[in-house]
Amino acid sequence: MPADYSVVLVFLIAGIAIVSFVFLLSRLIAPHNPYKVKNETYECGEPTIGPSWIQFNNHFYIFGLIFVVFDVEAIFLFPWAVAYKSLGYFAFVEMMIFIFILLAGLVYAWKKGALKWV
Amino acid sequence: MEAFTFYLFSFLIIISALAVVTMRNIFHCALFLILCLFSVAGIFVMLHAEFLAAVQVLIYVGAVSILIIFAIMLTSRLAGRDAPVVNEQFFLGGFMSLVLLFSLVYTLKETIFRVVAEPPAPQSTLRIGQMLMTDYVLPFELVSVLLLAVLIGAIVLARREGN
Repeated sequence: MPADYSVVLVFLIAGIAIVSFVFLLSRLIAPHNPYKVKNETYECGEPTIGPSWIQFNNHFYIFGLIFVVFDVEAIFLFPWAVAYKSLGYFAFVEMMIFIFILLAGLVYAWKKGALKWV
Repeated sequence: MEAFTFYLFSFLIIISALAVVTMRNIFHCALFLILCLFSVAGIFVMLHAEFLAAVQVLIYVGAVSILIIFAIMLTSRLAGRDAPVVNEQFFLGGFMSLVLLFSLVYTLKETIFRVVAEPPAPQSTLRIGQMLMTDYVLPFELVSVLLLAVLIGAIVLARREGN
């Protein structure tokens, strides 16, 4: 394990520990007295309508798919950004070509109305 | 320390992977799948593959899990219902996974891995970036064309299904 990543590990463990501690503490000191009104879903004081598990609009899935594509694009930006200083002008042009090809896809999605919010 | 971290992440992977297949609420399964994929990223970091770990977190933990959760939320048949953990194919599936387990263990035991004594080169992301921009420019640009095809294909398919 690379040495400087032990900081990340400590951070991870500390994060888990703090959250567990808070949950444990509230479990220990809070009085346990559930009743029907208390167990209701809190929605700004309004009575809730229907279950919380509703079917979302299918359109969200297209947003998800587009997001995945641009997420993969973002992955390629990382090594490019790290190596940018040692490569110079040519790398910039290469990345611009890369981005513009994908930009065509974004324009296509836009024109087809796939980005229209519902 | 290294052994401790390895066992910590292996423990997380095994426990969360088991939870994925045994949890009754399919949404909890998806959450445990995210934990499982995240722990794999931890193993990647231990192997000095930082870029791969970043890919794992961004693509699998970030994007693929979102698609899986969307798919669960969009399937009305699953809404608020317990997913059956076992069905009539339980024994066949169990048998097949045992076969897979044995073949994997056998392969790993029989293969002689070439172990390099010296530590891996530092700053692997920098090397990947330099290679990507010089020797592998054509595959790199082709990736963008491939992603474009994926994007257009996804939109065409999703819209046809929608209409």
